[in-house]
Amino acid sequence: MVSRSWTAAVAAIALALATLGTTAPVLAGDAGMIKVATGEAWIVRAGARLPARVGDKVQTSDVIATGAKGAVGITFADDSRLSIGPNSVLAIDRFVFDSTTHAGASETSLRKGTLAAVSGRLARQSPGAMKVKTPAATLGVRGTEFLIRTGEAD
Amino acid sequence: MISHHATRGLLLLFAGALLAGCAARPVVMAPPPPVVSPRDDLFVVLPGPDGKAGAVTVTHGGERLVLDQPYAGARIRERGRLEAARVPESEVRDVFGETLGALPPRPVSFTVFFEFSRDELTAESRDAFREISAEIARRPAVEIIVIGHTDRVGPLEHNDALSLQRAARVRRSLVEAGVAADRIEIAGRGEREPLVPTGDEVPEPRNRRVEITVR
Repeated sequence: MVSRSWTAAVAAIALALATLGTTAPVLAGDAGMIKVATGEAWIVRAGARLPARVGDKVQTSDVIATGAKGAVGITFADDSRLSIGPNSVLAIDRFVFDSTTHAGASETSLRKGTLAAVSGRLARQSPGAMKVKTPAATLGVRGTEFLIRTGEAD
Repeated sequence: MISHHATRGLLLLFAGALLAGCAARPVVMAPPPPVVSPRDDLFVVLPGPDGKAGAVTVTHGGERLVLDQPYAGARIRERGRLEAARVPESEVRDVFGETLGALPPRPVSFTVFFEFSRDELTAESRDAFREISAEIARRPAVEIIVIGHTDRVGPLEHNDALSLQRAARVRRSLVEAGVAADRIEIAGRGEREPLVPTGDEVPEPRNRRVEITVR
């Protein structure tokens, strides 16, 4: 047991080192990749606000935000897709995907604005693996396309 | 010259007129500040590519709604209750048009087939490469995931190695077709995931394949 987990840890570190600084497809540790970015769009990561660009990878605990004319589309490692429209904030709370077994979890929070989503392999493999939260509600997803708007009433 | 008195009278008259104007319309009193901020939330399920909808369960406090029909929706409004709603397509376009416009293209998968026990593509599969290359060229920040498989002839370890060789062979072909090598990830699954389940040691051409996902 001990030696096996050691091997796994060494393999994970080797993989992380091997993928540093490359533009390879999303691998362990990455949740997905930005495929569409228009207008003002940012990735908030570890307190820093970076401009979101096509080809940027996103990971667990990133927050994606847009301005008045911004929009961002992301394809995740399980082939699910999420996009947000103008004046929106989406947090990637947790994303884990085993590409062999298709097990894992996708948990995101739309804090404000609009979201379009198409579920992927995670939701197909196990209903409940994909969740989207808003400040008022939680959505469990079973293989579908859906839309959310969340905001405080005017 | 208008005296102070007269000015005051005019002002009173003006204020009276204003009040009279207000009285003609219903008077709206400001509501007391709510305990939680009033919400205006909307949830809608769309039809998939086959025209059918999957299902989304919306949970809000102790309330729960299952949305499993195209354009079935739910709202949470000021009063904070979860209400079922059928959402017209026109409202979907108005509210979500820009958001839907930013959805990345759907990932597509191709399967190419190999000659028995080798990493040579069949003739038909070589032709499929033109189509695959075109799909790759069309996509922004494209990722290509190449997964090799074998049939169940031969030992497991041999098939693990062969499936990886086949994936590597596909990567080589894609790179020769102009695809950047660092966009391609390869893996071999050996004989574990047959397209057509068979007994051990059964030759099955449809299992000697590589799946290429472009996203």
